[in-house]
Amino acid sequence: MALLEVKNLNVRFSTPDGEVAAVNDMSFSMEAGETLGIVGESGSGKSQTVLAMLQLLADNGTASGEVNFRGTELLGLSRNEINQVRGNQIAMIFQDPMTCLNPYLTVERQMREVLELHKDMKRDEARATAIAMLNSVKIPDAERRIDMYPHEFSGGMRQRVMIAMALLCNPQLLIADEPTTALDVTVQAQIIRLMNELREQIDTSIILITHDLGVVAGLCDRVAVMYAGRIVEFGTLDEIFYDPHHPYTRGLLRSIPRLDQAGATELETIPGDPPNLQHLPPGCAFQDRCTQAFDRCLTERPQLRDFAEGRRSACHLEIVA
Amino acid sequence: MSEAPLLRVTDLRVHFPIRGEGMFAKTRYLKAVDGVSFDLAAGETLGVVGESGCGKSTLARGILGLIPVTAGSVIWLGEELAGLTHKEMRKYREEMQIIFQDPLASLNPRMTVGEIIAEPLRVFFPRMPNEERKAKVRDLMKLVGLLPNQINRYPHEFSGGQCQRIGIARALVLDPQLIICDEPVSALDVSIQAQIVNLLMELQRELGLTLIFIAHDLSVVRHISRRVMVMYLGRAVEIADRNDLYENPLHPYTRALISAVPIPDPKKERAKQEQILTGDLPSPLNPPSGCYFRTRCPVARDRCAEETPELRKMGNSFVACHFAGEG
Repeated sequence: MALLEVKNLNVRFSTPDGEVAAVNDMSFSMEAGETLGIVGESGSGKSQTVLAMLQLLADNGTASGEVNFRGTELLGLSRNEINQVRGNQIAMIFQDPMTCLNPYLTVERQMREVLELHKDMKRDEARATAIAMLNSVKIPDAERRIDMYPHEFSGGMRQRVMIAMALLCNPQLLIADEPTTALDVTVQAQIIRLMNELREQIDTSIILITHDLGVVAGLCDRVAVMYAGRIVEFGTLDEIFYDPHHPYTRGLLRSIPRLDQAGATELETIPGDPPNLQHLPPGCAFQDRCTQAFDRCLTERPQLRDFAEGRRSACHLEIVA
Repeated sequence: MSEAPLLRVTDLRVHFPIRGEGMFAKTRYLKAVDGVSFDLAAGETLGVVGESGCGKSTLARGILGLIPVTAGSVIWLGEELAGLTHKEMRKYREEMQIIFQDPLASLNPRMTVGEIIAEPLRVFFPRMPNEERKAKVRDLMKLVGLLPNQINRYPHEFSGGQCQRIGIARALVLDPQLIICDEPVSALDVSIQAQIVNLLMELQRELGLTLIFIAHDLSVVRHISRRVMVMYLGRAVEIADRNDLYENPLHPYTRALISAVPIPDPKKERAKQEQILTGDLPSPLNPPSGCYFRTRCPVARDRCAEETPELRKMGNSFVACHFAGEG
């Protein structure tokens, strides 16, 4: 059985300007131990997908569909029931660690709280477990620093604290939403290495949400590419990078300036602007930016369908050679 | 370079006083830019890279006289700019413009696009006839890839990439010689970044602009710049031609910075030999003695703690390291 199976997940927000369809017909599944990358630009729905899974949507948002996690349907759970899953079986780390840690409480207090609540630990045991976890994310001098407040840590160290806190209850699934975006590149490299080491040591599955294809290349097994609230392509890491099928994926890969290539030439671009979710055209959402669009793209929305084992793409073009 | 440079920055320092707490506390100084020198030839693009807090934005503001310079000189076409009053600086502002990171925040939400782009003209040429001004704005909108019929719209009606185009048009309206771009693409989506980078390169070619391109993204800087300056804690650690810098980095920090950039190519990324720096950036209020980088440097020796390395010439590059190119 898959660890996580998401079927036809839809997320809607009601706004003064009308309803916004942030996520549409999102379906994917994950096996234990796997790292799935969800890639897309701002507004593509990648964050809302995981927030909906954990019932963390803003008040004006509603989710429908199925989110099956180890045999339990998450969307229908009561507040108490989902609290047992959140932080315990599924943990999440966010882009900005400073806004996610409580500035008034020491790291010890915040980490202990998790263990006392979910694991019924006594104070001393919880503290010892927390210190061990800080050690495993390589925070130097953890025994002393656990009594510090979040602002006393640097950005990279704070992200390590967040990761340690997320891993406290040995979650089966870790969701990382842009975990390195706010960090400097040398610190980002440290965090990516740490996540790769953790991936080998513990059997946690990871959903990595990012806009940075470089980070995806360093961490993921499989990749879902999202555009305008839908998955447009799905495949293994190497398939997405070396054999991209959807014109958006191809354009995205070609438009990044690369450090390993001499520059000075014009970059290939995806023309136009990101889509406005409130005014999506009928047919394919990518039509006005796609260089290969034809009549059918303007009227009929392409379905996401399998074109090879484990490969899916939502495009009318028969690119399959 | 035989001909006189457009801009010559010598030993520029920008220090911010930080008042201590208590009556007798000593005022400390945050040395945001601490002795940076470089020449900029007309028509070239200098990239400035470094991590947050390295002083790259402060450097830009110091050059433009937007914040007071503590010491050093900024010579623009033979004339000293450092120490000028705002009033004296004014006549140079026409020639030097800046583009900011957050495209929407740098545009006044209550002004139409036409008013925003025309504002520098209104300030510098108040007697320019309306018609002429409007025509100029329309031409510029076309030049940067906006539709001239959008002239009466407001910034919130545009996407991030289009707002950055508006910011570029505003910077161009006075026909400047130098444009400083401070992280102009970092806030944009990946697919839009390439559009703006291409636009800047194209404008530079067509208008003969000189650019200082500040960014933390080394890939973008490699793409657009001819020379690149790497900064660390307020100092330049290496200045080199683009290809020299990326193919043969001399300073250990440059090497670490380049190896830290994730490559969007799984096979190369897996095979990459990473040099991961340990630790974090030291506080600029309390930098280490000698070489600022020594606390994180993989090849630091005793000498690095005692003696500050000066920028010296090695081949075509300049590097500030006692042991550059070794190990």
